[in-house]
Amino acid sequence: MAFEEYKNLWVVIETEEGKAKNVGFELLTPGRQLADQQGEKLVAVVIGKDIEAEAKKAIAHGADQAIVVEGYEYFNYNTDAFSYALEQLIKKYKPSTVLIGATNNGRDMGPRVACRIKTGLTADCTGLGIDEESGNIAWTRPAFGGNLMATILCPNTRPQMGTVRPGVFKKSIPDESRQGEIIHEDIHIPAEDIKVKLMERMKEVAEAVNLEEAEIIVSGGRGLGKPENFSYIRDLAAALGGAVGASRAAVDAGWIPHAHQVGQTGKTVAPKIYIACGISGAIQHLAGMSGSDTIIAINKDPDAPIFEVADYGIVGNLFDVIPALVEEIKKRKQG
Amino acid sequence: MNILVCVKQVPDTTEIKIDPETNTLIRAGVPSIVNPFDTYALEVAARLKDSIGGSKVTVMAMGPEQAKAALKECLSVGADQAYLVSGREFGGSDTLATSYVLSCAVKAVEEKSGENFDIIFCGKQAIDGDTGQVGPELAEHLGYPQITYASDVTFENDTIKVKRENDEGYDYLTCPLPCVITIVKTPYEPRYATIKSKMAANRAVIPTLSAEDLKIDTTMCGLKGSPTKVKKTFTPVREKHGIKIEDKEAADAAKELVDMLSDAKIL
Repeated sequence: MAFEEYKNLWVVIETEEGKAKNVGFELLTPGRQLADQQGEKLVAVVIGKDIEAEAKKAIAHGADQAIVVEGYEYFNYNTDAFSYALEQLIKKYKPSTVLIGATNNGRDMGPRVACRIKTGLTADCTGLGIDEESGNIAWTRPAFGGNLMATILCPNTRPQMGTVRPGVFKKSIPDESRQGEIIHEDIHIPAEDIKVKLMERMKEVAEAVNLEEAEIIVSGGRGLGKPENFSYIRDLAAALGGAVGASRAAVDAGWIPHAHQVGQTGKTVAPKIYIACGISGAIQHLAGMSGSDTIIAINKDPDAPIFEVADYGIVGNLFDVIPALVEEIKKRKQG
Repeated sequence: MNILVCVKQVPDTTEIKIDPETNTLIRAGVPSIVNPFDTYALEVAARLKDSIGGSKVTVMAMGPEQAKAALKECLSVGADQAYLVSGREFGGSDTLATSYVLSCAVKAVEEKSGENFDIIFCGKQAIDGDTGQVGPELAEHLGYPQITYASDVTFENDTIKVKRENDEGYDYLTCPLPCVITIVKTPYEPRYATIKSKMAANRAVIPTLSAEDLKIDTTMCGLKGSPTKVKKTFTPVREKHGIKIEDKEAADAAKELVDMLSDAKIL
């Protein structure tokens, strides 16, 4: 493999119904740093429908260039169409590195493409750097449910690919004056090669469950005691304008749907504020939220492991503390 | 319906502790279990089998001889037959190499039995590696369509209907067979073994497929065939010196917390 043919660092900007997800813009932050260190261009790859504005945003967030692939087949995510488009682009432009957001869709497409071009893909990274010895990207990721971290290299094949966990890196402040070239590529998979068909899409409308994009998450666990008590969590989330999360114990007890679950077997989140109420803090839960900017724990057990990762903690009965917090927050808002 | 479920024997990561002296994982004495997501995959497969007459569920694991214990567990809760894929050549495989070996094993079993699999299930990820890449890479090696993060699969009018989790809710998808589907936690629990099914599983003979049996290109498996290399491993540092409010009335504690949060410009 002629390594010198492969250059530039790509960030795949995931879109859905014409709108980019945050994680793509987040990845432009470490992407910018790595590209500068390697003396490469930072390229945003935007595949979707009506996404010109999103490509411009990628430039404002630090990309030197955006490659846009547009078409009806990209309105909703589809493994076959998106993998085909990314594969074609990689074969044409030969990037040295490809970063993809580790969302369900990113983790669906990443391995499909990496396998097709027979290269290495590192899953769900939380740290990115450059291996001094070899100049390869050093991908750092948790394994064993967050008990162990591993740094992985892809020394012999190109591009080096990785999926990167949402919320780990912060979006830069957009600079609208940044100039960058936008390249349009016309790529369409033959219709008969789209094998997986979307029959019906159900959005969870009852309450905001988009945990990965939420800035504030209030989560409840076993300490709530019964399903009705999730009203305490909803009240606090509503007062803060946040989303409702849950521990595995609460989901397993059937108190709240799995879509709300944070942790190894649920969603991985990294909001600005994460409030854990009545959650002891099993390692599997910590694996899903320890990247949050500020962690607040409310628990009656002063020795609960959740306090080890919390920035702020209140030891007390959550049925007293939460209403007091709600009242305090409302008071401040009015004041 | 001829169904295959790929399973992995994993250490029970909930039982793993860190040695505070050496700051390394203590693996000794940690029980081996069937990867929980694979047990959900097997349950989905077993339910499909129950609903479609003449169906069969095969389980397959790649790993050392001990992994037969995991396969026997599967045989006691809905699987009809099992294969172990094992050999020195496979040790140290990353996801690309592992999925290549599994794809060869799928073809070998199909050839041997003269029947092709209609659906291949995997768990969404294994709880030790947590990559979730083997399922999609297996699909790619086989050239089959894939649906990942599925929580339910039904079969009506000769069509499969798959409920897939997305970031905002879920989608119902369909695709032609054969296909690969990876399974998240299901809304129902996997069935339990009975004494009778356990005894039958213990008596079962599990054939081992070696590199030779698979007629495999050994340069594409094991460490040699793995494009990713582990540079180092370390235990994460969890040292936060957070502020704990204790022994306060709820209203006072709440006020103190909100004060601190607004002082720190967090709220």
